[in-house]
Amino acid sequence: MPQPIDTFAANLPAGTRATVLDGAEAGFDMRKSRLHGDYDNVDRLRKLAGDIKQHTLDHLDEYLEKAVGRMEQNGTQIHFATDSDDARKAVMGILRKANATRVVKSKSMATEEVHLNAYLEENGVACVETDLGEFIVQLDKDTPSHIIKPIMHKNRRQIAETFEKHGLGDYNTDPQTITRRARAHLRSRYMECDAGITGANFVSAESGRIVIVTNEGNARFCLAPAKIHIALVGIEKIVPSDRDLGLFLNLLGRSATGQQLTIYTEFISGPRRDSQPHGPEEMHVIFLDNGRSRTLATDCREILRCIRCGACQNVCPVYRQASGHAYRHVYGGPVGAVLSPLLAGEKFADYADLPKASSLCGACNEVCPVDIPIPDLLLKLRNKAHRENVPSPGALPMQPFAKMATHPSLWRLAMRGGAVANLIPDSVKLPVPGLGTWLQQRTLPEWRGGKFRNWMKHRNGKNS
Amino acid sequence: MSTVLDNVRSALAARKEKAPYPAWEDAEVVSTPKLAQGSLVDCFSANMKAVSGLVMHSVAEVEQFLAQGHHLHGYCAPELAEVIGTKLGAGITFSTDFDEACYDDYTFGITRATAAIAESGTIVLNDRDTSCRLGALTPWVHIAVVEAATIHRTLGAAIAALGDDPNTIWVTGPSKTADVEGILIQGVHGPGIQIALIV
Repeated sequence: MPQPIDTFAANLPAGTRATVLDGAEAGFDMRKSRLHGDYDNVDRLRKLAGDIKQHTLDHLDEYLEKAVGRMEQNGTQIHFATDSDDARKAVMGILRKANATRVVKSKSMATEEVHLNAYLEENGVACVETDLGEFIVQLDKDTPSHIIKPIMHKNRRQIAETFEKHGLGDYNTDPQTITRRARAHLRSRYMECDAGITGANFVSAESGRIVIVTNEGNARFCLAPAKIHIALVGIEKIVPSDRDLGLFLNLLGRSATGQQLTIYTEFISGPRRDSQPHGPEEMHVIFLDNGRSRTLATDCREILRCIRCGACQNVCPVYRQASGHAYRHVYGGPVGAVLSPLLAGEKFADYADLPKASSLCGACNEVCPVDIPIPDLLLKLRNKAHRENVPSPGALPMQPFAKMATHPSLWRLAMRGGAVANLIPDSVKLPVPGLGTWLQQRTLPEWRGGKFRNWMKHRNGKNS
Repeated sequence: MSTVLDNVRSALAARKEKAPYPAWEDAEVVSTPKLAQGSLVDCFSANMKAVSGLVMHSVAEVEQFLAQGHHLHGYCAPELAEVIGTKLGAGITFSTDFDEACYDDYTFGITRATAAIAESGTIVLNDRDTSCRLGALTPWVHIAVVEAATIHRTLGAAIAALGDDPNTIWVTGPSKTADVEGILIQGVHGPGIQIALIV
């Protein structure tokens, strides 16, 4: 059996592959020109942001306690969720208490992670995604394929078909028309809603503020007519102080979309004051664990620095060919290849193949705004899978190689004999287990074995 | 509370080395090319234009823009009615009371900005100053009235000045999306045209 991600990539329709590749490349280019155009100390800033996040994670018990204390002082109601089920029930409990049945939602990876929408629908709550991409994902009963651009795998023709099917106008592929139709459709949903659900990009432990960024203005619209605001927030979103927010906001917009700053950056430290006409009267923050504290105890804890910018997805050669859905989890790409198996906990084996879906080229680390050593973490997870004897689809048996590599005479023989491979047509299957599957997605170059040893021998001769 | 916090505590219990908080200067995070335009008003204007925002300096300019675009009825915050609203001629009418039932009737909204940020071309709206969140959000055109003296130089300065208002929003240009094939469209859920009227 080949590696699942290889099979997914091989079966990806050519049009989808092209759309994903274009989207990822554009994201990469915009990040580079904005970040490096605005700063000449980009690596220093990435390292600094990584150090601040690592410091926060290493003292997360203190900062979480501080954030909670401050938020409660501010009038925010705090809840905790150890896992997905807890989180869904916490949301539903708040909605039930308030008799809220109409909900608008701003884009949030945490809510994707706990599969909130389906649960709310089962419980009689009409929950509408308001980010344009997420709205289309919801109409299609699809899942997002990128952290920042949820419909990077779709083209305008597919979106036009979706809108036509759901009564949002005649077939029309013009992006402006599509956007205007969504605008008109979603306005009444906002105005009639009982509650708004969001995630949070950052939480300041010092002030208890949460920060939410959107380009479309949808989080702001969710939080204008709504009487209740529920934010589902991963515990790793905390930063020590308000001052830190400036650094992270500068890096987030530039890394994610090549913008100096995301258009709408909202700082919320509690429910609206009585004198204000708009804004939620109740603010609830649900701090989500769902595998994060367990990850904090591992030697892969650096992955919790992630601020969900998607830059590693855009730059990754595997993501570009395979698309986000190939990773079978809400988090795709390099960050997902590390985070998904860790968050899965007891189901680690289900995602243990993902850390192998990388050439370890290191580009993900180079673009990461919080300097996560993703290639190192991928290696640690490969090692973990090996230690735990997790079956490894697509892997070649390594014992024959190990035998050859530790026996010089065998190695010399193999180097000379290997040239026979050049005479065998591709169509002939060699009697090596797993090789046929391995070669399904690879073409071997011409055999040139032994040349290096030869060169080394003569070079040494000249030098001595 | 206890379970999640306890889990975090036990996850950290065995850790011997913990990363210290790193030292850094505010100046390191400032993008100097964004502040190369001279005065704070000039920097703010240049950066706001770079994110497709419009900068105006007189009520007459606003009036002309609204009339040309046929944005003839809107919302104006009560405290700005006298100084700006009533000075708009050319058949432009406004209400100082935002009626939620008629939210789509307002084609422009005039509200007071608490501050602005030169480095990023950002308008800062506090609940206290722009109390009508919808008035700055539902109309196609939003006009934020920015006092020149309130412009912060950097993001860091604006964060330091957040104060005790429970809600502050930074607006850096009109509402945008690039979700459909990466093509940039303005005016998704919020204003398609964002104006700063500097007074």
